[in-house]
Parts: sequence; C-alpha cells; structure tokens
Amino acid sequence: MSIRFTPSVVTANDLFEGDVVYLTPQGGWSRLHAEAELFTEQAAAETALAAALAQPDRLVGAYLAPARRGPNGPEPAHFREEFRARGPSNYPHGKQAERMC
Amino acid sequence: MYTYSEFDRDFLATRNAQFRAQVERRIAGNLTEEEFRPLRLMNGLYLQLHAYMLRVAIPYGTLNSAQMRQLAMIAEKWDKGYGHFTTRQNIQFNWPRLRDVPDILDALAEVGMHAIQTSGNCVRNVTADHFAGASADEIADPRPVAELLRQWSTDHPEFQFLPRKFKIAITGSPNDRAVTRAHDIGLRMVLQDGARGFEVIVGGGLGRTPVIGKVLAEFIPEADLLPYIEAILSTYNSYGRRDNKYKARIKIMVNELGLEEVRARVAHRFEALRAEWGGADQAILNDLRRAFAPPAFRVASTEAYEIAYKNDPVFRSFADTNLAQHWQDGYAIVTISLKAHGATPGDATSDQMRLMADLAERYGHDELRISHEQNVILPHVHKSDLPALHAALQQAGLATANIGLISDIIACPGMDYCALATARSIPVAQEIATAFEAREQDIGGLKIKISGCINACGHHHVGHIGILGLDRAGVENYQITLGGDATETAALGERAGPGFAYDQIVPAIERVIDAYLDLRQDPQEEFIKTFQRLGAQPFKDALYLTGDRANAA
Repeated sequence: MSIRFTPSVVTANDLFEGDVVYLTPQGGWSRLHAEAELFTEQAAAETALAAALAQPDRLVGAYLAPARRGPNGPEPAHFREEFRARGPSNYPHGKQAERMC
Repeated sequence: MYTYSEFDRDFLATRNAQFRAQVERRIAGNLTEEEFRPLRLMNGLYLQLHAYMLRVAIPYGTLNSAQMRQLAMIAEKWDKGYGHFTTRQNIQFNWPRLRDVPDILDALAEVGMHAIQTSGNCVRNVTADHFAGASADEIADPRPVAELLRQWSTDHPEFQFLPRKFKIAITGSPNDRAVTRAHDIGLRMVLQDGARGFEVIVGGGLGRTPVIGKVLAEFIPEADLLPYIEAILSTYNSYGRRDNKYKARIKIMVNELGLEEVRARVAHRFEALRAEWGGADQAILNDLRRAFAPPAFRVASTEAYEIAYKNDPVFRSFADTNLAQHWQDGYAIVTISLKAHGATPGDATSDQMRLMADLAERYGHDELRISHEQNVILPHVHKSDLPALHAALQQAGLATANIGLISDIIACPGMDYCALATARSIPVAQEIATAFEAREQDIGGLKIKISGCINACGHHHVGHIGILGLDRAGVENYQITLGGDATETAALGERAGPGFAYDQIVPAIERVIDAYLDLRQDPQEEFIKTFQRLGAQPFKDALYLTGDRANAA
C-alpha cells in the first residue's frame, strides 16, 4: 500500500535575497504563498521539484512543502511553513512587512 | 586590548578578496550551491528561514567602541537596523543580501573583525568570562591566553576539517561565568605553588547528547597549555568519529574511549609535540599580556554614587541588580541588560549600539563585552560615573534592572529565524519576561534558558528552568527541565515530564514559580537552592497537578 501523497507547493530560497519563493502555475516564482501552485499528484509535484532543482542560478534548497487549499490560494499546512510565508513573530519584518506597504 | 598586526590585516584582506570572488562566481553561475555552501559557511554566512544570516565573531566577547559603532553601521546600512548577540559571544545579522556580504566583511576588517570560523568543523570563536580582567574574584585575565588560542586556531591547517565543530571556553576565575563544563574544552585558571596554570576540562557539551565536561588534567602549567591543547585536538582529529555526524563531537569520543584512555593518548601526543614548540608561543603570550594590560584607572571620590544610591530608588535597584564587584577600588562592572521586558533577548538596535559605544568611550575605558547570556558589559566604570551612565541608559531603554532575574532569559533565535529550529523560542521568552515583570524582584535569582531545538544553542540543559521547543506531530510543544546549573557546580537539568503546548508554557512556568514561592524557606533561598533541597518532585507536582497539588487544583 502506498503512502498517501500530501498536497504540496514547491518552495525554495532566492539566491540573491535569501527570501522564500514559491513556484506558480505559470512556471514563475512568487514571494507569496497564495500564488503558489498546489500539487495534489505526487508525480507532477516531483517533476516540478526536479525542474526547480535545475535552476541553481537563482534558487537554493528547493523542496516540497505541505500545503492545503484556502479561500485565497494555497495555505501552509505546517507551522514552519507558516513562519516562512509570513516572517518572524518578534518584528514586522519579512513578507508581512511587504504586505503592509 | 589586542589590535591587529600587519599579518592579521593582510590575512583578512586576502580572505575577503577570495570570498568576494567566490560570491561573484556563484552569482555568475560558475559555482553550484554545493560548491559554494562550504565556502560561504567558512565565512560565517548561513542561509536561514527568511534570509541569509551572517555570524560575526567577537573573540572572547571583547569589543572597543569603534568596533561596536561599526556593527551599528553595518546593521543600519545592510540589515534592518539591529543585531542579535548570541550565546557564543557572536553577533548575527539576520537579513543581509548575498551581494552585500563581501562589503560587510570589508567593513568588519576595517575594525579588526571577521566572520571566519563561525561555522564549519573547526575551532570556533574562543569564548571567555565576560568579566575577564575586571572581576574581583579573578586570578588573572584569561584573555591573553584566549587571544593566543584565537591566533593559533585561526586557519590552522591541521584543524580545518575536524570530525565536528569545536568550542573552547576559558575563565580566570573560580566562579565560572563562561560555562566551561559545557564546552569541548573548558579551561579554568588555577594556581599551584604560586604558579599559574589551567585545569583542562574535556568533552562537555549540550545538544542532543548533553554531557558535563570531565577533568582531563588538573593542572597544566601555562607554558605547556598550547601544546597540550594541540595534543587534544590532534587526538580528537585522529580518533573522533566521522561515520556519524551525531556521534562526532569529542564528548562521544571521550565517552566511548573512556577518560583514562583519552588521557593516555593525549599524553602520548603531548610528549611528541611539546619539544616541537620551543617557546615561541610564550614570547607571543608575553606581548599579548601587554595588550591586555589594565587601563589607567582613576582615583576619585565615589560620593556621587553614594548620594544617588541613597536618594534614587530606581538607580539603587539598577545598582543592586546590574553591578558586579570590580577588583579595583572605586570601580564597578556594569551589565547592560538586552532583556527589556517583552523585547527579544540579545537584540540591540543600531542606536543602542552607538550609545553603548559612546558610553564605553566616555565612562568605560573604551571597552565593551558581550556575555554568553546575551547582555553587554562595560567592565571598567568608575562609581562616580554610574549615575550619569544610568541616566543615559534609561533614555535608550537600556536600564532594565533584571540581571540574573527571571526575565534575564537566554533564548536562541528559534523558528522565527533558524532553519534548524523545531519551535519558536523568542516569543516564549518575551511572554515569560512580561508575565513575571511585576514580581521578579521577589522571585529573586533564577536562570531560564530556552532552545528551539535539541541542538541547545539556548543552553536549556543548564538553566535552572530549561525550556526546549519541539515539533510534536506538527504542533509546537515545549519540554521543561529543572535544576540545571551553568556554573562551576555545573549540572544538567532533569526533564520534568510531558511537554506543554505553546499557549500552555507560560502558565506551566507560573505553576513552577508559585510552587517555589510556597516552598522556599525564606526570600534569600533562591530557586536552585530550594530545588536542590527538595528535589524535582514538588515542582513536578505543581506542573502536572499531581500529589498534593492534585487536590489543590
């Protein structure tokens, strides 16, 4: 019996800024989790991850992160990914600061 | 203090130029991440959750005002206007961009600082008692030896690829403020027949296998210290495990071979090495002693201090809590708390760094220290200057009178920044500090230490109360340890039982504290003493509402 695949997004850190980025359905990279493509099929997710790993000139450390469908797009399904998608909790820095602008 | 020689400056300029070229090659796509990663780590550059992080060494925690101002400038120009002081007397910048890091390293080099060996399987920043050279209880300033160790270990060709990272701490005082028993090598200065030497402790460490270090040698004369340490490193380099990252620290080698066998192998290596040294290190050490000579202390009246102490209760509280006894009459050691209630432990803004630099220059013989407890120390302040110093600190939010109290918490960056973390540390520290602010003077001396993963950067094992943040089935969960001790009577805390959810950890700590207040014999009996008298059980009962506490609930 195969283990059920957890829906996931492809995420990495940007080479230049270090910021968290997500693979979009258009094949580009967004800094917003809600703009990520949510993969529900393992084969498609792994193909997309392999493509991301083949872009070492702009990305570092691509991996599949658990996510779920939300009203405004995919949402993180683990607290670590929530922090990556938002920023630290002690200062309004990172992505949460950009959203406030 | 020590200032860089021409050799140091040339070495650093060469290394920085190399790294600048490596960054350019990475950006141009000529180096893969696999190739670049070890190169950036050798220069202190990590990639964390949200951004790169640059870890800069502050050797033995000592800075001058120019260095502190440069850190402030770097934080402002290339980061977000603050820096984070760590439990290894380093400073971390949490938001640098890759392209800017070579410029940051050049800016550090301008003031004799670098980020070399703040990562990797090498000898890391040598840490020391943050009161070194100032404390009344000290035999002698250990920093000349610490600087000798820094020079010897920096870019040491034999020790760049050890089985695992290697941390050395040193103190010149019998009262251990440097956590020497939780380091790969801990050095405690001792006197034997009037001659200075060191007790050499080996194989301590926290992390996933916490071990209190063992005494490898009770007395190594100062002249033999460096060859003896080289013999330890050499033995470790030969016999330390490389098959399993989690069993590669020297503490595992000591546990597996046994202390006697390690002692014999080190002694054998030492015999071969000692003859090769020829005393060159002692000549350098003599020069270094001059570099660390005490400042020209002032002889002046301390009346202004005494008047303020008598008349100003806020100043009196600061003086009672944040001052330590200096060996020089009329002087005090001032600890500036980076733990304002609700603030991030160890963080200082650029403005605060500049103010501390100005105050060090004006009142403190141009010296600052960073403590492993994530505070800043002005080691040499004449008591007559303390009222003015305190007033200036108040203006900048730096006069919190809480050193050694429950809100003076060590916390690692945790999952707010760290890629290795399994839970957050900082907000737990912030909430505990805020929750106990009103009654912390009554609670008295108490060390809470928080780590956001088992690597234990927050020293939770040696906290009187330790908190370890874990990921339990996708939820943050916090384990409590009780009775740890980071001093010369070092002890590992005992795990209390099952962990607590994020929103239950502060109430859990409140139950422990309430139990302590009920159980202590008098207000002078500090938490750790009550714990040592009664053991863990009454505190466990309070935590889990068992025993007598079950009925009270």
